[in-house]
Amino acid sequence: MAARGATNMSRDSDLEVSGAERSRIDIVRVTKRFVTPAGAAFTALENIDFTVEPGQFCAVVGPTGCGKSTTLGLVAGLDRPTAGVVRVGGQAVDGITQGISFMFQNDALLPWKTVLGNVALGPTFRGASKKDAQAKARQWLRIVGLTGFEDHHPHQLSGGMRKRVSLAAALINEPSILLMDEPFGALDVQTKAIMSNELLSLWERTRPSVLFITHDLEEAIALADRVVVMTAGPGKVKGVYDIDLPRPRGAVQEIRFEPRFLELHHQIWESLREEVERAYARTVTASPAKGVRP
Amino acid sequence: MSNASVGREAQALAAVRSTLAEETGASEADIARVARSKARRRRQLVLLARVLTLVVVIGGWQLFTALKIVDPFFFGRPSGIALKVRDWVEHGTAYGSLWLQLGVTMKEALLGFGYGVSAGIFVGIVLGQNRFLADVVGPYIKVLNAIPRIVLGVLFIVWLGLGTASKVMLAAVLVFFVVFFNAFQGVREVDRNFVANARVLGASRIQIVRHVVVPSALTWIIASLHVAFGFSIIGAIVGEFLGAQRGLGLVIATAMNNFDPNGVWAAMLIIAVIALAAEALITQLERRLLSWRPKSAAESAGS
Repeated sequence: MAARGATNMSRDSDLEVSGAERSRIDIVRVTKRFVTPAGAAFTALENIDFTVEPGQFCAVVGPTGCGKSTTLGLVAGLDRPTAGVVRVGGQAVDGITQGISFMFQNDALLPWKTVLGNVALGPTFRGASKKDAQAKARQWLRIVGLTGFEDHHPHQLSGGMRKRVSLAAALINEPSILLMDEPFGALDVQTKAIMSNELLSLWERTRPSVLFITHDLEEAIALADRVVVMTAGPGKVKGVYDIDLPRPRGAVQEIRFEPRFLELHHQIWESLREEVERAYARTVTASPAKGVRP
Repeated sequence: MSNASVGREAQALAAVRSTLAEETGASEADIARVARSKARRRRQLVLLARVLTLVVVIGGWQLFTALKIVDPFFFGRPSGIALKVRDWVEHGTAYGSLWLQLGVTMKEALLGFGYGVSAGIFVGIVLGQNRFLADVVGPYIKVLNAIPRIVLGVLFIVWLGLGTASKVMLAAVLVFFVVFFNAFQGVREVDRNFVANARVLGASRIQIVRHVVVPSALTWIIASLHVAFGFSIIGAIVGEFLGAQRGLGLVIATAMNNFDPNGVWAAMLIIAVIALAAEALITQLERRLLSWRPKSAAESAGS
């Protein structure tokens, strides 16, 4: 793992942080407020505090509208916190964070590019020649089992296959941090289970830190080392739970019947349920005027 | 669920399918043949109705003018139009050969189209990317769009003279707004996730424009080209109409002044043929550039 970290380091050789430390995420007392064009302020995150250890798989669960996606945007450097600081590898995030990849709920595959072109985007943007980028993309397509689909366009693929392309496109830059925003949320249950297993095996190969957002608690526990439960708007951290299920986890659809899993699930659900109910009550009574995604 | 049970289900499904195929297989070829002949008959019917429509309209026109129910002095007549076109082809117009007039008008229209499209795309993308700038100049663009730009042709002739420049300018101005509004809207509609993803993957601003913004806006831009080409011809013709030394617009103006409706119709006919040809070319371009798009339901139904 140290050796892998070193390859990630080579881009930022001026940084004298060890490879492992590069992939540490510290979110320190972060508050994020949005101001609507009409001038109204809206607090999405309030005093968020948690850490993702290097190489850790951390899941964030919470009800709709608790600022989960906002958190990811802050880590990626797409947005700035109103107060507090987000550190990646010990450095405050300022501009797009280096060495990260993002996977969105609705896959961000460009419909006008072929599968190969989409996966090759990462190296292309980093200045690789077309030939090198494509060679690397082919290699990653083989890893995710999509050899033979290079010249297809995304709309010709099934949902699960598109997710594989997204995974390859995200991992091709060999990120030290992988940010995932409900990546499998739109899939059917079976495909979701298959993709979760695939994600775990890919993750175990390279061990980037993962910040994984979901509203599915079972998915969170099955995949993650650490589960962060967030409250509904403004988003706050309600609890952080370390998941001590052994790795490798094996099939995610089977682990959920193990006694320890059920115990953890029960414990975290107690904490989450209250928030979900509160958030739900709010959507029923109040108008959903706050146009901020979960 | 274990893999074994999935496998069993798949086997059972396959068995059902093959039985179904055996039962229906014999008649499948018949069904396809009947469907094909039905589709062919419908196509023939549509074609026949089209030809009939043309015959009724043109024939009626000719008949009514021959019977003097409609005065051919004001409305022209199909045979007169055909003779006029032949006359132009054989003996040329009052300002030189027909091909010269056509060439001048097409040159003006195409140059105006080229300049207008380039400027429209460029300004559309710049303003689409820059919210502040767009907010500042937005109202002025609306005002410019609201004025009847055809009238600008008069000013262009005063400024740029009777030559091609004034017509090119008028065509370009007409084209610009059509393309600009589409390009601008297209840039605004770019999926924010695409841009965020490209940024995270390390794309520079230029790379985002090249790989994400332009291809995304292309659907909109190309849609506008159909309208834009028509506008460029209108710009050239109207410009010539207002004052020129050559061109189809001048031919039309002369025919009008000579009380020659056949001449006006003949020139219109020639322009229509050109516009149709250009439309076909743009459709080809659209197919080529937007080949990645999934076929819409109407297209795959074979309409």
